[in-house]
Amino acid sequence: MANAVLIDKAGPRRKVKYGSMSRNRAWAMRWSYFFLVVFAIFFLLPPVYMFITSLKTSAEISAATNPWWVYSPTLENYVALLTSRQFLTFLRNSAVVSLIVVTITMAISVPAAFALARMKFWGSATLATGVFLTYLIPDTLLFIPLFKMFAVFSDWTGIQLINRWWVLLVVYPTLTVPFCTWIMIGYFASIPKELDEAAIIDGASWLQTLMRIFIPVALPGLIAATIFAFTVSWAQFLYPLAFTTSIDQLVLPVGIVTSLIKGDVFNWGQIMTGALLGAAPPLIIYAFLMDYYIAGLTAGATKG
Amino acid sequence: MVDTAVSAPPRRTVAGKRSGVRRMLQRKSTVAFFMALPLILLIALLILYPAFYSIHLATLNKSMQRFVGLGNFQFLFRRETFWLVVEQSCIFALSAVFFKALIGFIVAHFVHNIPAKGQRKWRGMLLVPWVIPPAMSTLAWLWLFDPSYSAFNWVLAKFGIGPIAWTGEAYWARFSVILVNVWYGAPFFLIMYLAALKSVPEQLYEAAAIDGANWWQRIWYVTLPMMRNIIAITTLFSLIVTFANFDIVRILTAGGPIDKTHIFATWAFRIGIEGGDIPLGASVSLFMVPILAVAAIFILRDITRRGSEV
Repeated sequence: MANAVLIDKAGPRRKVKYGSMSRNRAWAMRWSYFFLVVFAIFFLLPPVYMFITSLKTSAEISAATNPWWVYSPTLENYVALLTSRQFLTFLRNSAVVSLIVVTITMAISVPAAFALARMKFWGSATLATGVFLTYLIPDTLLFIPLFKMFAVFSDWTGIQLINRWWVLLVVYPTLTVPFCTWIMIGYFASIPKELDEAAIIDGASWLQTLMRIFIPVALPGLIAATIFAFTVSWAQFLYPLAFTTSIDQLVLPVGIVTSLIKGDVFNWGQIMTGALLGAAPPLIIYAFLMDYYIAGLTAGATKG
Repeated sequence: MVDTAVSAPPRRTVAGKRSGVRRMLQRKSTVAFFMALPLILLIALLILYPAFYSIHLATLNKSMQRFVGLGNFQFLFRRETFWLVVEQSCIFALSAVFFKALIGFIVAHFVHNIPAKGQRKWRGMLLVPWVIPPAMSTLAWLWLFDPSYSAFNWVLAKFGIGPIAWTGEAYWARFSVILVNVWYGAPFFLIMYLAALKSVPEQLYEAAAIDGANWWQRIWYVTLPMMRNIIAITTLFSLIVTFANFDIVRILTAGGPIDKTHIFATWAFRIGIEGGDIPLGASVSLFMVPILAVAAIFILRDITRRGSEV
């Protein structure tokens, strides 16, 4: 009955014609919501549990109470971490590395994408495809040869690269630049040719065409690429784990994993708080710029 | 007329040489080349060179002073752990990608079914696992799987199901790393499939409904053919990323118990960086190349085909 009333409200005239179809649709909708709730619980469980644990004291964590509930919430884990010099060092290293890597990435990939999308030169088409292929070469294939290369480099020049946080400024762009260039090529290629032809006829140089026309028009793509570069360099785990070891050189993900786990003693309250704080910057960016985030995600495979 | 014609050439060559250099510098292709130069250098020095350098490294002995040819590979083939790693890498990548694709496909349909104004909210919630750095979210899973305080075991105990050693027992540990990978990667499939679903014209479904197609026939004959391209390319992408995965296995089990959950990347790290045998580690990581190459060829074919259509 309730079902029929609902349908009446939605479209009284349709009910007569397509009664069974809209009833099917209503049931499909209800099942959809049910399963969406189930999957949302599955997908949100770990971050929620992180948050729950971060509010607990060590005593409550090791007590045999309901782990899914906080009986005496406390912020002491947050206070402990945010006043610990070690954790603030990780945070600073991560922030500095990510921001500089984003700058380097944009400085390399935007002009290169412009050149590849608009100003053809010998081999530019091959290079564009090559850029995409290098994106498919994973970090797990490159970390061993890079490790050896840096060792050889310091033998030759005396410049120590291993165990310095700024070595990450050298290696992170290998992860961000190919993909950012690729999606910027896609965005630049979608700008109508008449626009830059008009600019060139009016006497603009190539640089002016890029700065005054392409960057403003392709701004959504630029934001998507920036978000991608930031999240990748913030989340990267393998390179810092392989290339940095001293406590004061670590970035946040590696710092939390290696330094908060002391021997067999796991301080889970602090680990979860650290993990949540480490997850916060990408999550905040995502919350505010979700559409750009998704545009960047889908651009890689659907554009080009 | 004649005068100018005679006197002009010498002047023109002098000026021509100087402006030739300048014109060369101002030429479109030269400017373009210099704009792309940092990219070319980065790719050549930090991606292509190390990739080939690792092939060279794989042919050296442990102290990296002697050329041993294929000796490292012969050594690997004789080790039981190596075959374990090969087996586990394949099980891990194939089953994880399969379930990611399946869950992504199903959930994308549910999101697509509900009214458009609510979709944004649900999509935003369901993409959260993909946004959190995997190293951080795997820590939460590690804590959920904790041997003595596992929150899952607490719930299961309410139903009288005994404590499960999520990361302690070989088969459960294999299940756990796959589960975490599916949790992390399914939202990516969801987003891609949702975008593809939206591009399927509504008329096709109406036509199918008029022809009396049931929901299964609509999916099999309308949705899947229309989404074939996206499904293929997303699966290939994910296959590459999953095959080369490091973070999740490293943090959740670190390869244990007794090397049962090692995949190529984590084992290469254990041998090459922690064990100090760089050539052997490089040899292990090179085994990822064949599958990457096959996937890359298929992706490239798709891209060039779409490129020629445009």
